[in-house]
Amino acid sequence: MATISVKQLPKTEHILPGTRSCAGCGLMLTYRHALKALDEGKTIVAVPASCMTVLHGVYPITPVKVVCINNPFAATGAAASGIVAGLNATGKTGYTVVAFAGDGGTYDIGIQALSGALERKVDFIYVCYDNEGYMNTGTQRSSASPLGAVTSTTPILAKLQHKKDMIRIVEAHDLPYIATGSPSFPFDLFDKVKFAKNVKGSRYIEVHAPCPPGWGFPNKDLVKMGKLAIEAGIHALFEIKEGRFSLTSRSLAIAKKGRKKTVADYIKGQTRFRKISPDHLAQLQDFTDKRWNELLERHFKDNP
Amino acid sequence: MSDNLSPIRTISTPAEGEAGKTGDWRSQTPKIDHGKCSQKDSCLLCWLYCPDGVISSSFPLEIDLTYCKGCGVCAEECPRKAIEMVDDK
Repeated sequence: MATISVKQLPKTEHILPGTRSCAGCGLMLTYRHALKALDEGKTIVAVPASCMTVLHGVYPITPVKVVCINNPFAATGAAASGIVAGLNATGKTGYTVVAFAGDGGTYDIGIQALSGALERKVDFIYVCYDNEGYMNTGTQRSSASPLGAVTSTTPILAKLQHKKDMIRIVEAHDLPYIATGSPSFPFDLFDKVKFAKNVKGSRYIEVHAPCPPGWGFPNKDLVKMGKLAIEAGIHALFEIKEGRFSLTSRSLAIAKKGRKKTVADYIKGQTRFRKISPDHLAQLQDFTDKRWNELLERHFKDNP
Repeated sequence: MSDNLSPIRTISTPAEGEAGKTGDWRSQTPKIDHGKCSQKDSCLLCWLYCPDGVISSSFPLEIDLTYCKGCGVCAEECPRKAIEMVDDK
């Protein structure tokens, strides 16, 4: 049953206060609700070098109550595979192995290990928190950064390429469960992680995590920015269960009522788009519209 | 072999304040007007959206100011505008 009220969410927190994450961090909110959907004592998290490692803290203390293994940047898929193999070899059952990597560790540096793990059908959940750049190391460009975004490695012309469609790459591996989420829609995110927990095989969840310092918007607008991304169609909430595609939550509502927000509304509040040209803005709108229309078509085809 | 060659533990243990008292980061402090707050379990949007989870889930609401980083998400998302961000001196 879908979560529809705050009352249904577990009140226990799995992250102790006083973490190293920035104020108003989209990843932190994502992680907080994702861990609520998992079983604290029966979850093992694999984390590459990223904002997530920073959040997990410096030896000998950590704010996170879930067991975590820090692995090299390129090796998240491989490390998670190793944990699963180790659990199998020692006969430990009932554990959920979850890999948490950023867009850099998924789209760029970690794609080889991820593809390998998905091809081997390793029994784990891979969560990519997409903050559209290498935020931990100083906002460098990643293949998830959108067209027209100023990053520290595209400071003059802004980024000239569109974002990579990682979902299609992941889908080519034929997974039982693929989903997208947003920290601005915690119920939807919670339900998806909870569902993924009980699926056998490789599961992939991509979360669009707004980053106030990296994108250049006030900390207080974290939730608003996440919602705006969904409403403008920049990111869509959906799940693909055994190949069956369905839009969920706010994206489903927008599919029925129509989109009211444009890409221009979305980029207005973010300083990373300060150099976007009218031509690039039109291209970004076209790219967004094309993708959204594809998703709509797929949704109505699979859910007649 | 002497006894001081016991294995070194490389596992971190969970504790509060890993990054210190993060309340120090704040430039604005949230102040709750309990009269304006609906005090209903069905709302709790501040608790839901607090990235650091420092707002209590029981009423009257309490914010752990030792660790609140002052992002202001709670004040922005409160439907009754019961939380106000006050500038620190």
